[in-house]
Amino acid sequence: MAAQEIVLEVKDISKTLGGKEILKNCSLNVARGELKVLIGPSGAGKSTLLQCINCLIPPDKGEIVLEGKTLDRTDKKSLCAFRARVGMIFQDFNLFDHLTARDNVAIALRKVRGMGKKEAAERAMDELARVGLANRYLLYPAQLSGGQKQRVAIARALAMDPTVILLDEPTSALDPELVGEVLSVIRDLAQHGMTMVMATHQMDFARALANEILFMQNGVIIEQGTPAKLLAESATTRTKDFFTKLTSELE
Amino acid sequence: MDSLTVIINALPFILGGTLVTIGAVGAALGMGLCLGVPFAVMQVYGNPLMRSFVSLYVWFFRGIPILVLLFLFYGFFLSLGLPVNPFLISCLVMGCTSTAYQSQIFRGAILSLPIGQMKAGRALGMSDTQTIRCIILPQALRISIPGWANEFSILLKDSAVCYVLGTQEIMARTAAIAARTHEHLALYATAGVIYFVLTLVVLKLLRRLENKVRVPGYGTQGNAAFKGA
Amino acid sequence: MFDSAFVFGELLPALNRGLVVSIALIVPASIIGFAGGLALGCLRGFGTPWMRRLGDWYTAIVRGVPLAVQLMMIYFALPKIGIYFEPYGAALLSFILCSAAYHSEYVRGALLSISQGQIKAAKALGFTTIQTVVLIVAPQAARRALPGCGNEIIYLIKYSSLAYLVTCMELMGEGKVVASDTFRFTEVFIAVGAYYLAMVTLATWLLHWLERRFRIPGFGAV
Repeated sequence: MAAQEIVLEVKDISKTLGGKEILKNCSLNVARGELKVLIGPSGAGKSTLLQCINCLIPPDKGEIVLEGKTLDRTDKKSLCAFRARVGMIFQDFNLFDHLTARDNVAIALRKVRGMGKKEAAERAMDELARVGLANRYLLYPAQLSGGQKQRVAIARALAMDPTVILLDEPTSALDPELVGEVLSVIRDLAQHGMTMVMATHQMDFARALANEILFMQNGVIIEQGTPAKLLAESATTRTKDFFTKLTSELE
Repeated sequence: MDSLTVIINALPFILGGTLVTIGAVGAALGMGLCLGVPFAVMQVYGNPLMRSFVSLYVWFFRGIPILVLLFLFYGFFLSLGLPVNPFLISCLVMGCTSTAYQSQIFRGAILSLPIGQMKAGRALGMSDTQTIRCIILPQALRISIPGWANEFSILLKDSAVCYVLGTQEIMARTAAIAARTHEHLALYATAGVIYFVLTLVVLKLLRRLENKVRVPGYGTQGNAAFKGA
Repeated sequence: MFDSAFVFGELLPALNRGLVVSIALIVPASIIGFAGGLALGCLRGFGTPWMRRLGDWYTAIVRGVPLAVQLMMIYFALPKIGIYFEPYGAALLSFILCSAAYHSEYVRGALLSISQGQIKAAKALGFTTIQTVVLIVAPQAARRALPGCGNEIIYLIKYSSLAYLVTCMELMGEGKVVASDTFRFTEVFIAVGAYYLAMVTLATWLLHWLERRFRIPGFGAV
């Protein structure tokens, strides 16, 4: 895989919400071009960890370093600049409901990147084409299927030329028959060397594509390693147990 | 003179008052819109000081009858030695109360948006101001149109009490002619019809606006129909 | 600036007199207005087509015409056909007629919001129509209608000041007399405003308390 240049460092993130410790000293390093997959039971803190990384949920303590520069959370300007470089895909899409697919992709280009209207629209069309939705550009979110919404959300993140993309269970809110189209877009990104951290329950996807799997439970990353190592026939890991349980439930 | 003749003779004069009524209601609605939106934003996203200021303002102007406020402002202007213009005081009082009501309409609309909208804006690197302006408000204002229509109809009816200060609107002119001709029933019924028609016309216009700015499939029952399409 | 002889000797006694009249307007108007609204709402929800149409028209007219105009019509017009009212009676009647229309909107909305499934389920259990209404529909509809009807009563507290327009000497009327006599508009109307604020705040607390008291977990507003 790619040279081990660390793009994103997350150091000792902790978060307490309503008296409950949701994250306990979570750390991870992401190398350029790497796909890290977070797995674990619901309520393990995967989503909180991802949202702490770009400070949508401000962590109580810890440090986030992007390409060697530590994020200063108190400075609004640098926080916005940081978020513009870190893409985020949400479980429930969060497309802007009053904007067409194209405008959803274009709005941040205009408001954050300062692009002109025409230029932003052209760039948005390119990104929509990349996720296979060029012919849907005039539709509003309510007129798109769940899978299409999530692909627009991915196009929206890609348009910002992100250094790294965080994906928070991107397929969990989708009907089963729509999961495939979203996963294939993400697979494409991984194969083209996009740096990503993804929380998911799609175990086969994780096994096939992840450079590293992180297993979380009760706010702690308790296991991490390559899929080959954690999911080997002979392995006695929590990850393997979880994997087996999920697979047998499906059958 | 019979009632019909009185009405026909009085109609031009009373209809002239319609313009005054519309002017006052329009000014008050405009003031309420210009202040109500920032007040709502302050109450939802502001610091504790801003929030308590807006809450206090809303409590005050929603808790006191407009009739009392009219005389209160009138007395206040008098005691400050300011010129007392009934029309301006009427606009100001209705504008202040409408600000309170409209801020609560917009606040409700903002709070009804999914929290993910704000998160998604922030995640793209937009500042909070940008997210509120480009993402939250365009949606919140659309949702607010029915509430806003209702606020118009309330304000129009409230404007009828402004005649106590001598504002020459529909009610004042009706009362003046009624006192002279003693055709109270016919004249007040005429005034009632004018208010009724005004309400109907403006509500129809607002419904047209609502349809025009509607986002397909959004905020309607149609939402579910597209799911998994 | 603060003139205690004026405030305690003149202003407050007058306002207290007015307060009694205001309350004597608000309480019966709320109760009878609500009862009327309940009947009208049921009529508009479940009546025969022409009853519904009549109810809808009544409501639309009352809601489309300022209360001040209605008040004037009742006060000045009814004597023409031989019905004479004291100012108090005219004010009370117009408040009742008006708030019944507004209440009926909330009652009707609440009734229609109860799903057919609830009614079918009750019938399937062998309930009579009356049992269904009393045991299933009413408890749910009452909770749905409570916020709207409560707000209507809060509105009525404020709009009771309109009785002054037909020379009924309630809170507003007493205040206006003192203000005109002494020309102390600001002080007088700050005091009058405070009386109304107190009434409205009290009623709002009471309404919120009722809403909390009767809340069913997970049974939200429509």
